Amino acid sequence: MIRVEELTKDYGARRAIDQLTFNADKGEILGFLGPNGAGKTTTMRILSGYMPPTSGKAEVAGFDVVEQSLEVRRRVGYMPETVPLYPEMTVFDYLKFMADLRHMPDAEDRVDDALEMVHMGDRAGGYIGNLSKGMRQRVGLAQALIHKPEVLILDEPTIGLDPVQIIEVRKLIREIGRDHTVLLSTHILSEAQQLCHRVLIINKGKIVVEDTPERLQARLAGAQRITVKVGGDADGLERVVGAVTGVAHISASIDGGLEYESAAGQDARPAVARAVVGAGYDLLELHPIGLSLEEIFLQLTRDEPTPPAPDDGEPVEDEPDVA
Amino acid sequence: MRNIWTIANREYKLYFASPAPYLITFMILLVIGVLFYMDIQFGAQQGAPMGVEVVLSPMAFLLMLATPVITARLLAEEQRMGTIELLLTAPVRDWELVVGKWLGAFMLMLTIAAVSIIYPLILNRLVSPGIDQGPVLSGYLGIVLLCAALAAIGVAISAFFSSQIAAFATTLGVLIFLWWIVGFLTQLGGGAGLFSQVVGYLNINTHFYNNMLRGVIDLQDIAYYLSLTALGLFVGTMAVETRRWR
Repeated sequence: MIRVEELTKDYGARRAIDQLTFNADKGEILGFLGPNGAGKTTTMRILSGYMPPTSGKAEVAGFDVVEQSLEVRRRVGYMPETVPLYPEMTVFDYLKFMADLRHMPDAEDRVDDALEMVHMGDRAGGYIGNLSKGMRQRVGLAQALIHKPEVLILDEPTIGLDPVQIIEVRKLIREIGRDHTVLLSTHILSEAQQLCHRVLIINKGKIVVEDTPERLQARLAGAQRITVKVGGDADGLERVVGAVTGVAHISASIDGGLEYESAAGQDARPAVARAVVGAGYDLLELHPIGLSLEEIFLQLTRDEPTPPAPDDGEPVEDEPDVA
Repeated sequence: MRNIWTIANREYKLYFASPAPYLITFMILLVIGVLFYMDIQFGAQQGAPMGVEVVLSPMAFLLMLATPVITARLLAEEQRMGTIELLLTAPVRDWELVVGKWLGAFMLMLTIAAVSIIYPLILNRLVSPGIDQGPVLSGYLGIVLLCAALAAIGVAISAFFSSQIAAFATTLGVLIFLWWIVGFLTQLGGGAGLFSQVVGYLNINTHFYNNMLRGVIDLQDIAYYLSLTALGLFVGTMAVETRRWR
């Protein structure tokens, strides 16, 4: 559905994206994750037919974005980050205008359908200028859906929404994602985790890593990390835990407990539990902690080398830092 | 083709949703109405023959002044609000967008001009045996062509800016240049030489005032206004296309 090859875009002297190469298949929800200024919006603008790349090739639904821009635009629904709208138009008029521009034969029905999908059927007569941010976002989403495009490109679709609205929009995206190909960008990591089949982390115009959220976590989790928390006085806990074989890299965790790493393949938990209780502490918590996507994100965008995928057979070299 | 009409229709309707066009129309018709009254008083006293030029002459000038107000926002506002991104990612060709915007402005200007038709009708009753029909037809044709060209210049300039004020000021400047400064330059050239003739052809108002208003329909005048319209639309399209690369 989306094929990008060595895509590069320069704004004068500044290289916004550099030799990006990736694919998205039909029915896939692909997430673009990256800090601000990484090149997500630039890539989306190129794929939606807004601007041409400086070099490289991009194809959407089988059409080249430069040579066959009009065909690409017919098949793409795009919601820009700023969600531009016309405040002096009513919701219905605006969506009908967009439907007319896309030559929809039964424009009014399409507008009603799109409004139903975003749960704004009762606000059709209102002026866009009077809507709240969340509603405007939903109108923007309706605009992207109105022509039932094969590909949806959503630039930060949940930005600025309150938690209830965020859940609704995510649910909507999941529903839509079943029949469409969706490319969405976000810098909310849990969102990428919840919604996307695959995640692309971009930094400074280059793809840092590309994988499913689960495998990404597995790749970077490396050695097992366990957290230990005791009640009351924790003096000397470090020494006690450190004495257990198989424990390496002890550090204090933020919430007052202790974190340690055990070498891969070894589970030191039973020994640690016995040691802690035997030394007279009140053991409250003892459980493993995975590497959150947040930490993956921070680590990767801090220009550290990425550990290879597990099936490469090489040992994991970088150990995750404790935040 | 359909896209052009969709865009033009929206622009035209949108004009009536804001106060500015109503105010402009009101001012134009007010001035013309007052002048009409005064001219009739004067004409009745003097016994001099009157024609449609008492209406069309001031109206052409007022329409020229109104153009920046009408056209400044067409593309500048879209650029400022970011909605240009929606239009440029829709399956609409760049020239369709520009022509659609132009058509919306053009239709508004024609609407204003159309209201003024009551004056020649009134005049026809008051003057015996009736006013000269020829200049009425050619005069209004001239107005139509003039509006087309004015709107095209306005749209082209609007495409270059994100600020309505900048587009407004530039459009006004360009139109004043074409209306007066060019005439001035023609005089400098001596009035008869090649320079004067070439520059004189560019004068936007002589084509109307000297010829069409007098009942003369000359191909060179029609060609002038049509070329100017085409040039404006072309430049506007180029401006929109280059937006994509920024």
